[in-house]
This record gives sequence, structure tokens and C-alpha cells, in this order.
Amino acid sequence: MKSEPSTMNKIIPIGPYHPLQEEPELFKLYCEGEIVKDIKWETGYNHRGIEKLSESKTFDQVFFLVERVCGICSTSHPFAFANCMEEIADIEVPDRAKYIRSIIGELERIHSHLLWLGLAGHFLGYNTVFMWVWKYREPVLDLFEMITGNRNSYAMFKIGGVRRDIENSKIPKIKETLDFLKKKIDMLVGAIMDDPVIHARTKGVGILTQEDIINYAAVGPTARASGVEIDVRHDDPYAAYPLVNWKVITAKGGDVFAKTEVRLLEILESIYIIEQCLEGLKKENEGDIEVLVKEIPEGVGTGRAEAPRGEVFHFVKTDGSNYPVRHKIRAPSYVNIATFRKACIGQTISDATISLAAVDPCYCCTERMACAYDLHTGERILDGKGLIDLSQHVTDTLIKL
Amino acid sequence: MGFKDYCFRKSLWVFHFGGASCNNCDIEILDCLTPRYDIERFGMVLVGSIRHADVLLVNGSINQKDKIRLLELYSQAPKPILVVAIGACGCTGGIFAEGNTFAGPVDKIIPVDAYVPGCPPKPEAIIGGIVRLIEKTKKATRDEAT
Repeated sequence: MKSEPSTMNKIIPIGPYHPLQEEPELFKLYCEGEIVKDIKWETGYNHRGIEKLSESKTFDQVFFLVERVCGICSTSHPFAFANCMEEIADIEVPDRAKYIRSIIGELERIHSHLLWLGLAGHFLGYNTVFMWVWKYREPVLDLFEMITGNRNSYAMFKIGGVRRDIENSKIPKIKETLDFLKKKIDMLVGAIMDDPVIHARTKGVGILTQEDIINYAAVGPTARASGVEIDVRHDDPYAAYPLVNWKVITAKGGDVFAKTEVRLLEILESIYIIEQCLEGLKKENEGDIEVLVKEIPEGVGTGRAEAPRGEVFHFVKTDGSNYPVRHKIRAPSYVNIATFRKACIGQTISDATISLAAVDPCYCCTERMACAYDLHTGERILDGKGLIDLSQHVTDTLIKL
Repeated sequence: MGFKDYCFRKSLWVFHFGGASCNNCDIEILDCLTPRYDIERFGMVLVGSIRHADVLLVNGSINQKDKIRLLELYSQAPKPILVVAIGACGCTGGIFAEGNTFAGPVDKIIPVDAYVPGCPPKPEAIIGGIVRLIEKTKKATRDEAT
């Protein structure tokens, strides 16, 4: 039975520009007293029209564009796009490039999981965790700056290989930092797993069962925390992952605590993968990092990569020219965000925020077009045709400039 | 000492508006608060409401949906307010300037006092930008006085 709107039914908005979140998004929590009865998510604040922009860029430029789909997982999108283009052109990448790709991918996973851990502490109101974890995230960014020249957007990928080599002289420094990190992560694992406050706030909160995960098609650490062993690196091996020894981390609980546990252990696993990749790098010749790609044939291809949040999926259609005809991107948060309904409804408001944060949602990845409907006539104000007209108008004004 | 100088003399309270961005600048702004950079030692804190803020940080390209909200936030802000555009997208629109939802760089929508370019700018650059901004305001008020 549909409940009548009463004074007990309150809508609590979180966002769009909320101090708790660093990205613009709007959640509407429909509450009865303290209990969340329904949740709605409104999007569009972050829409940049990447898929459309991609069609106007050459394949080499698209890498820089997809890198800016999301700043946190800014390697996974080029990774998936490279896998996709290499499938179309049927290119085999040299082993050294594979190792470098995996190293960058895993370093990114470390910094992304640390970032989430800090933000989760911040969401719980436990700012000590936030400060400590972000302090130990800095050495990873320093490594990135040493290897790629930038802290966040690395521009390492190209079709057929990577843009820069990791010289063998840099390997000892990387190893030193990883050893330092390993000690600190061990300390954090101990500190967080035994903390009574974190136990009280995260155990039994936002539970997703194995069945829920399969029904909502959730991916990444969200799925692995509920005991579903799904990982693109394992199921559809790419880059250097088949060449090294590692295992998929899973946990049983399905609550926020299990998700924390999975992410913490994945950091240690990533360090283990990087160490093996560095050993592999020593065996290969320096400078052998790319194959020459003359042209991209006509065809369609799909590329997948395991981002810190789950599976990134890219689909590209080419027509033999220099530009993609169609470029479709599906980021992991797109499916993970749907689990909010399962995780948040029935919780108190204070628990709802950490349940929202637990899947590590990334709204700039997920952003889709939002349509506006006229309240009185029910007419769609901005649809596909409207967008194309708008795009042509923008192009016209740009030409006139 | 002018009134403006008096307002901006001590701790600046900052409100962060993330437009349609890729999240990199947002993360680097948060990074400024964490132990290595620790911008709070200068008295700068992120606040939850624009009505408490002295500085409005804007990052990311601004799309049609953000534009209305940015204008509304600016009108609600207590004046004088300093506006800082962070990152390539905030300054010019960056890689998204050709997008179909792009509604103009920040300075076409509201007046901007300082630009911090970079994709993303390092936390040092953000701190440097704010320091330069404070110096600029002080100089402007001194010039007014003489």
C-alpha cells in the first residue's frame, strides 16, 4: 500500500554540493523518523559528453580523453581502451610493455584503495583514519611522479605499448617505497581490523548477499566482499597478469567491514604483483616497449580491464579512418550504484552514508545524460535530438570565434 | 587597512564547488588538507555552506546543469568573496571545452580572481595560487588607500 505523505515522511537531500562528497551528486533519502524508506539518485551534474567527444578525436588523442573520464581510476580507462584497440588491430604487445602496464595498474589500485579507506574514515566521522591513510598515500603518488611525470593523470598508454619506459635504474627506488608501504599497510590492517569503533560502525551494516550481487550484476570489490569471485584480471587475463602469481581476494560477510577487508588485502596483493613485475622487467631489454602500428582496420572490438572499483568495459567501432565511429564506455560504478537500494533501505540515516560510500562509487565515471521533463505537460525538454541540435549550435559558435 | 583587507587578513574559509570534472582536482584539493601539505595551519578550512565562505574554489568544466547552480551559489555568497578557478577545465574548459553540454569556462559565468592551471595542479600549486591571491588583495587595498 502506498503510504500517504505525512509530516513523518521527510526527504533528506545529500548533495549536490555536500561537504562530505568531493563530487557533485544528489541523493534523496526518503525517511520515516531515523529509518531510510526509499532512496533516489539524481545525476547530470558531472556530464561532459565523453562518448560524443571521443568521436571527434584521433585514436592517439582518445587516450588522453578517456584518462579524464575519472581522475582516480585514470589508468583503467586507457587500459580498457588499449585492450579494445589491440583486439581490433590484432596487436601483441611486447612483454616489457605488459609488465609496465600492470605496474601502473596496480600502483593505481593501491592509491585508489587508500583513498577510499581514508574517505570511509571521513564518512564515519573518524578523521584520524582519513589523515593517516592519506599520509601513506603520498609515497605512491611520488612513485607515479617519478615514473610518469604526473601525480594523477599518467598518459602512459598508447596503442601497441606504453609511452615511457621504467628504466632499470629506477627499480631499487620503487622497491624501497613498496617495502616502506608494506610495513605501513600491515600497521593499518592491524589498526583498522581491531578498532572497536570501526567494528561497531561497519559490521552488519549495508549487507549485500551473494544473491543480491548476482541480481544487481555488481562487480569489483563490492562483489568480492560478498564471496563472489569475479575479477577481470583472473577471468579474462590481459597484460602481465597471466605471467605473475597472485590470487583473487574474497570475503564472506558482504557488509561494509568485509569490503574494507577486501580492499586492504588487495593492497598487499597489489604490492606482491608489482614486486613480481619488477623482477620480470629486469629480464626484458630496456627500451623494448612498443610495436609500430601503421593503421587500424575496420571492425568492432571490446576491451575490459579491472579498475579498482570493478570491471571497466569499452566498446569501439572503427571504419578504417583515424577516428572511432562509436565509443561506448561502461564504468563499474554504473552497476554498483544500483545496489544502494538494497544496502541502504531499512538502515538509519547515519548508517546510510557509509553504505553509500562502501561501494566506492565514482560518479564522474558513471555520469549519464539526464532528461528534464516538464512538470505540467509531461513533455521531454531535452532529448537526443535536442542534444544534437545543441551540439551543432555549440560547434557553430566555436567556428565563428 | 581597508575593510576587504581586514576580511581576508586571517583564516580564509573555503567552499569547494566541483563542476563537471574528472575528480582529479577535487582529490588534489582534499590532498591539501592532509598531513603532508596541511593547509589548515594557515587557518584555511573547507566549510559546508557558501554563506560561511571567504573563498569559492571552482574546478571542472561547467555544464548546463552546473551553470544555474554556480550562479545561485555566487549570489548567495557573502561579498566580498574571492573566486579561484582550479585546473585546466576551470580556467578554460580544458579537454571538455568542445563537449555538447559545456556552458563556458568559469570566468564567463562569474568573475574570477585567480587561476591555478594544471591537469591536475599539484597541491603546492594550489597553495601557491592562494598565497599569490592573498598578496594581490593586500596590494589592491594598499593602492586604494594611497
